[in-house]
Amino acid sequence: MKDLASFLLNPQPCREIVMGDTSLVKAMIEAGVEVVTSYPGSPTPEIASAIMAIPVEKRPFYFEFSTNEKVASEVALGASVNGRLSVVFFKSVGLNVAADSFVQFSLLNCRGGLIVVLGDDPGANSSQNEQDNRHLARMAYTPVLEPSDPGEVYTQFREAAGLSKKYSLPVILRMTTHVCHGKAPVDFQGSPTPPREHPSLFRPEGDEYIPLASTVAPLKERALNRLKAFAEEMEHSSLTRLTDHGNRTRGIITCGLPALSLEDVLSEAKDKPDVLCLAGPWPLPEKRILQFCRTHREVAVLEELDPLIEQEVKSLAFDAGLTLRIRGKEQSEDRIGELTPARVRAFLSRNWPDLEISRIPGNSITAGTPLPARPPQMCPGCGHRSAFHAIKKALAPDDITVADIGCHTLGYLPPYRIGQILLSMGHSNGTGAGLSLFNPGRRVVTFLGDSTFFHAGLPGIINALYNNHNLTLILMENGTTAMTGHQDHPGTGKNVRGEGARISPRKVLEGLGAPFIREVDTYQQQKLTTAVKEALDYEGFSVVIARHPCMLKFTRDNRRRGIRPAARAQINPRLCEKLHECVSVFACPSFIRNPQDGSVMVNPELCLGDGSCVQTCPVKAIELMKEADHD
Amino acid sequence: MTDLKLNIYLSGVGGQGIGLLSETLMRAYDRAGFPVRGVDTHGLAQRGGMVESHLRIGYPGGSPLIEPGRADLVLSLERTEALRAMTSQLRRGGSLAFYDTLWQPLPVRLGEAGEVTLEDLKNSAGQADIRILRVHLDDLPDVRMQNMALLGAAFHGDLFPGLREVDLVMALEDLMGGRQGEANRKVLETSRGGWL
Repeated sequence: MKDLASFLLNPQPCREIVMGDTSLVKAMIEAGVEVVTSYPGSPTPEIASAIMAIPVEKRPFYFEFSTNEKVASEVALGASVNGRLSVVFFKSVGLNVAADSFVQFSLLNCRGGLIVVLGDDPGANSSQNEQDNRHLARMAYTPVLEPSDPGEVYTQFREAAGLSKKYSLPVILRMTTHVCHGKAPVDFQGSPTPPREHPSLFRPEGDEYIPLASTVAPLKERALNRLKAFAEEMEHSSLTRLTDHGNRTRGIITCGLPALSLEDVLSEAKDKPDVLCLAGPWPLPEKRILQFCRTHREVAVLEELDPLIEQEVKSLAFDAGLTLRIRGKEQSEDRIGELTPARVRAFLSRNWPDLEISRIPGNSITAGTPLPARPPQMCPGCGHRSAFHAIKKALAPDDITVADIGCHTLGYLPPYRIGQILLSMGHSNGTGAGLSLFNPGRRVVTFLGDSTFFHAGLPGIINALYNNHNLTLILMENGTTAMTGHQDHPGTGKNVRGEGARISPRKVLEGLGAPFIREVDTYQQQKLTTAVKEALDYEGFSVVIARHPCMLKFTRDNRRRGIRPAARAQINPRLCEKLHECVSVFACPSFIRNPQDGSVMVNPELCLGDGSCVQTCPVKAIELMKEADHD
Repeated sequence: MTDLKLNIYLSGVGGQGIGLLSETLMRAYDRAGFPVRGVDTHGLAQRGGMVESHLRIGYPGGSPLIEPGRADLVLSLERTEALRAMTSQLRRGGSLAFYDTLWQPLPVRLGEAGEVTLEDLKNSAGQADIRILRVHLDDLPDVRMQNMALLGAAFHGDLFPGLREVDLVMALEDLMGGRQGEANRKVLETSRGGWL
């Protein structure tokens, strides 16, 4: 599929291999979604990539990246109460940011329909935790559907949109990492985009939109009644699926991706248990579940992370006076990580050894030498590397460095080891302020990326100024949201529809009255070291803007224009004294160490010719060699 | 051939083009009429970390993930990752095809670990009756075509049962056009590897 846009806009039935994220966009178009909002975060940025493959003027709905997940949710809610079918999508921990507004959604009349797409991350593949957002869904009286593959993403989204509109309630579509990225062929029905009329449907006089004190109880009651109605729909929905193997002894209740792992493992089992696969983990189709419990002597519940379904099933069975055995999580490790086929294999053979599922894990092949790990790292030419190299020279061994979220988080890894504590997006100046209290001998340095500056960084900065905390903020400005795939942000002057207002972080800081601001390109390492030293000496809140464009983005943009690196670094063997400053301390991945004689070379496959390394060699053995400029 | 079941595990380093390799192969098998499903790792991994892709041919349902030790074939774009994938993912008696380049992992660059050698690969393969196809082209026009070089060599090494060359070529055409597509196609059609 060369042309993603044509596929997405094709109104005819068609079959295509897609990942879950792309399938979602096709479903949104076919369901007549009108407003979509987001903040970038893995595993969901590919949803935005698919949308942005469609030229702005042809996009069948309005789309924006908002400044953070809370704002994105509010924009979607605002559109929904005005009658527009709306979608907001973001990563797992984004729900924490959105929560203050999100928990109110179910109290209101989401007239147009509102789908919250959560990219949850069991296994913490690319997140700071693996939080189980089903807890938050329950707290907010919001139903959850949970697809397992791209085909189910398509059908479940359409179902969710229909139910959301029907009951004017928000619905969560929970897509875990390997559901977002899983690929398979899907048969799409295709449907022409309906003609749009946009009457203003917000009716505050008829609906209650101010939950406050005495109005809360009736709104909450309505939310609870809607949940009941949703559960009733799940009793009859074709999305709740029973696989009847005729087993009257054993059954398994599951949901989402674990259902697919189960399918794999059961293909080998003797006397296959029956399987009840739920459309979502909450609210449950209680009658279907009780019926399933009554017809089996033992039921195992297979779900990722916390035992939510399990506890509900146990409570239902208890209330119904059933005496069947219900198996589920036993130890802490059962609540950790993804339920891959290997984990399901272990679960089933532990509980029911007579299913005769083979347990052989792995292949018992060993590597003769210990295999070196390959942690993620900053790219060749990355301005952050140059920054960390220079900043380190300004720090005393006891100084405290506070990391934040973004590519610069990777500075915590060896050999830089800058960034010693991490909570969440934009936490650094709050956490840093606390660390600076009663800590006179140790200076505190906080980090923040430019996208995070706008996302949630500002309140911490304003607090530091307002309460006069003694901190040094290093704003790592690379002009993009790099870690999630180079989305624009309010500092870039572009949004997903074209030109946007350019909001300069420096001007914002000046406007806030920040008393000490220095700005240095990170390739100017000596200058940066000096600026950080001066900032550390400043009593109060000081800021160093360490700026350099993201070199991955820069190189890709250049390549698209046919421009290749103009130079390559090279080690002059006559000058090299094997001090290894380049390969071990600066540690650009382009440098190669010969394990035999310790000599250093440059990997031509990786070097960008950016030259940021040249200044790091104490004996000036790194040289830049010019190459042809163009293809 | 309709009952073919093939688990293909692909690995490499972020930035090497595992995504295109996996997508081309998946679409080729789809064209050839087999059920396909799979998944790539995304996110942090693109920053010079290890990347993997799972491809399951002939499985109409089930997980997109291959269980450890159950891949029939491993395709790897880098020597260290080839050994890692062989020891963790490949089944005994399976095949490994890899592009022989080295992107030194951090512990090697820090002088804390040694490089993986061809001998290391052969020794591990010898434990479990594994065949290894080594691919390396000296005249590759662009390092970003190593993925196509590996794909082509693995095809010509008969590692893709049920697949015709036209399936691969058309799958590639489906993903990439123009001069770039032409250049990649040429590499795909001419690349050959050597059995170790």
